[in-house]
Amino acid sequence: MESYIALSAVMFFLGVVGVIARRNPLIVLMSIELMFNAANLALVTFSKLWANNTGHIFAFLVITVAAAEAAIGLAIVVVAFRKQHYVDVDEASTLKG
Amino acid sequence: MIAFWLLSFALIATAVFTITAQKPVYSVVGLLGNFVILAILYLTLNAEFLAVIQIVVYSGAILILFLFVIALLSSGVKPFDIGPDRAPRIGIPAAVFALIGLCIVVFSVVRAQIAGAPNAPQGVTGTADSFGSVGDFGVALFTKNLLPFEVTALLLMVAVIGVVLLAGDEKPAPPRRKPKARDLEREPIVKPVETVAPR
Repeated sequence: MESYIALSAVMFFLGVVGVIARRNPLIVLMSIELMFNAANLALVTFSKLWANNTGHIFAFLVITVAAAEAAIGLAIVVVAFRKQHYVDVDEASTLKG
Repeated sequence: MIAFWLLSFALIATAVFTITAQKPVYSVVGLLGNFVILAILYLTLNAEFLAVIQIVVYSGAILILFLFVIALLSSGVKPFDIGPDRAPRIGIPAAVFALIGLCIVVFSVVRAQIAGAPNAPQGVTGTADSFGSVGDFGVALFTKNLLPFEVTALLLMVAVIGVVLLAGDEKPAPPRRKPKARDLEREPIVKPVETVAPR
């Protein structure tokens, strides 16, 4: 069981590295999905450990939120691409004061 | 146990491939493998319904959404050839070491939690044989956790409205297209009565 948690931690930080290191917003979004899944793995592991399925419910809700997040994030990417014809996380600084 | 190590190695390998691939399509493929392996891991944790949901929702819906956006964005132009990624070459080993350190921290914190679990590791799943089954999940979802489930519907509604507002067509629909010349040449479905003009 501990190894599941360790696996979840590794996967989460791989997602963090992806968010920090990449400039392509699509890959940044995918790294966020990796982090969601790492959290889900931890939730399901604890759920099994305590023999309590609240963790399953929570993971289910996290999947729902991830779907909504992906839809909104991709819509923002599409809008940004329409406005400036390239997509780069570093260049998206229109809102900067 | 060997299966677990194989699966975890494959999980980490696909995750690394996802965040290092140069093209987003390769990333999606890596993420697909990652999700499928994660579904198998859910099966080993008695979470049958979540394993199915993982495949159906993640691999079937979210990744297809990613693929559509990639196909939409990269048609004809090369949007991602701006420059190199932010992490320099030397940053990657540093990131890996930081990752390992953070993992150790998290792991040691969590270990204390696990030690206090009511049924110790490898214990038989405490209450019933039906733990994690679809029926068990459904009963818990629709009785004890009904309110979060309902709020989920609201959340998805908000997401749909937001997407339509963001990415929907800004211009109103064109009033009516003018008939083209070809349309005029086409034989009409109902033939007008030929009236010969009287002399």
